[in-house]
Amino acid sequence: MDADASAPSLTHSAGLKVASRPGAGFLGLGLFRSQRRRVLGGVAGGLAERLGIDPVLVRIGFALLTLSGAAGIFVYLIMWAVVPDDTGEAEVRAPSLRRAAGIGSMLFGVMILLREAGLWLGDTVALSVGLLAAAAAIVWVRSDADERERLRGLAGRLPADARGGFTAGRASKFRIAIGATIAVGAVALFVLRSDALRSAPTIVFAVLVSMLGVALVMGPWAWRLAHQLTDERRERIRQEERAEMAAHLHDSVLQTLALIQRTDQPKEMVTLARSQERELRAWLNGTSVKSGDTIAGALEQMAAAVELQFKMPVDVVTVGDAPLDDRLRAVIEACREATINAAKHSGAGLVSIYLEVEAAEINAFIRDEGQGFALDDVASDRRGIAESIRGRMERSGGGATITAEPGDGTEVHLRMPRLRS
Amino acid sequence: MTEGGIRLYMVDDHRLFLSGVRSELGPEFEIVGTAGDIEAAIEGIVDTKPDVVLLDVHMPGGGGRALIKAVNERLPNVKFLALSVSDAAEDVIAIIRAGARGYITKSISPSDLIDAIRRVYEGDAVFSPRLAGFVLDTFAGDVPEPVDEELDQLTPREREVLRLIARGFAYKEVAKKLHISVKTVESHVSAVLRKLQLSSRHELTRWATERRLV
Repeated sequence: MDADASAPSLTHSAGLKVASRPGAGFLGLGLFRSQRRRVLGGVAGGLAERLGIDPVLVRIGFALLTLSGAAGIFVYLIMWAVVPDDTGEAEVRAPSLRRAAGIGSMLFGVMILLREAGLWLGDTVALSVGLLAAAAAIVWVRSDADERERLRGLAGRLPADARGGFTAGRASKFRIAIGATIAVGAVALFVLRSDALRSAPTIVFAVLVSMLGVALVMGPWAWRLAHQLTDERRERIRQEERAEMAAHLHDSVLQTLALIQRTDQPKEMVTLARSQERELRAWLNGTSVKSGDTIAGALEQMAAAVELQFKMPVDVVTVGDAPLDDRLRAVIEACREATINAAKHSGAGLVSIYLEVEAAEINAFIRDEGQGFALDDVASDRRGIAESIRGRMERSGGGATITAEPGDGTEVHLRMPRLRS
Repeated sequence: MTEGGIRLYMVDDHRLFLSGVRSELGPEFEIVGTAGDIEAAIEGIVDTKPDVVLLDVHMPGGGGRALIKAVNERLPNVKFLALSVSDAAEDVIAIIRAGARGYITKSISPSDLIDAIRRVYEGDAVFSPRLAGFVLDTFAGDVPEPVDEELDQLTPREREVLRLIARGFAYKEVAKKLHISVKTVESHVSAVLRKLQLSSRHELTRWATERRLV
């Protein structure tokens, strides 16, 4: 079956290992069951490795032996039992259809042989049992380790994994459904095909009654179990939420309240209270927390940062919103400069920011009612900042207008045309 | 009406806040009563017949909207000014549509609060910068099928006034900027308030679907 093993040689790692210790293995012949090349027990693979031939040839040999009086099967089973495993790493094989078909046809062949040999219980029994086995295989064999663990946990009343819970994957539900259908079909086939109903109705009846009894006894238990697990899960989620909220309040509001009690600087208290309010509101609103991905969200974040750093209240009003791009980032940066400028130099008690996003243009106004300054005053360092704001906007294709008069506050107006997409 | 003649009733379930505001407003207005829940408030307001009711939006027992409805059925002349810590757009729009003449947040300065109460008493609307922003947002864009052209759109002038308020200018400064009288600014704002209360614009419910309710 292994196409890559069609030319085994001593350079092959498994081959080397076997060849290097000819005295070991079965009867000192250096014969092992190959883990690398196993399809069933690794007997053929091991023989092929020892003989240095293609395992397919060995398998054909076994098949021929089987045709002549089933000898192949017996030889294989005996060798499986007595020949030791090699210590080679078992190759992790993805379950393949080819492999399944191979094993299936081997089993089918064995069954035909047994039937011919007279070692047979009858077609109905064989077919039903075969189908049941297939159903069991479908349900159990392919289930992954997690799933098996979960089913086992369920049986043992262990709390199932919180996140996995009872939500088996869609694929596994599908598989279980197929398996169950085949199993029911097998039982139905047995009941209908065998003469059981006619020959021994009481037995069938008894079986049905006891199955009903088992269902009645176990049903409520299973029902309760499922419910308990759901309740447990719900309770756990509730507790997690409560813990999360407690943690959040500890880190934010309670810390701030403690700080406010200790500080005697009114301005600092106001800043603390404002930033706390902003943060708490964002958290409470949950879904409407403005992220930094949009211009309104980025503006709110910028305002919060400046407010905290310069102990200056910053009021933000936004109309409309748009996803951030490089030009809008330039607007935010210019806003930040203007806001910091106002916070540092204006002497006002509040900076107001207004942002309006329209289809064609974005306008932002940063305003304070502070001392203002004379635009003609070249010596002023605020002039330099004003130039840097204007330069930043113009480089990105926008513009800035600064309105200021000594004693009458300052307003910076930023304009940025929007790109048509 | 002379100063101090405005009869004020206050509804808030936060006693600390109530007593704080009361001490700020006491010298300016005649505070005829306070209440901490909706039922007591309805009874108290009907009894005392105040000029202006200052109320919290988030109240146990139905909220500010229910209070406005219940009182205005009996006393249509009582004016309401909403005061809240909530900045959520849907709360603001809802309380205005219920009949409040204005909306301010609790972080407002005492002098601005006094000013706002006077304004509401005189029949004007009180728009904070934030409320102006919400209204602009609400009336943004075109209505696909305007039910009432007049109610569903803001005029360019009204938009200009709201923009200036949103930028943080007081009515007086807005008037100066637009070279109009303060009275004209007030009439624009009142017109906007009326549109906000009466418009059937779909966008008025947009907040609920877009912002928070999932």
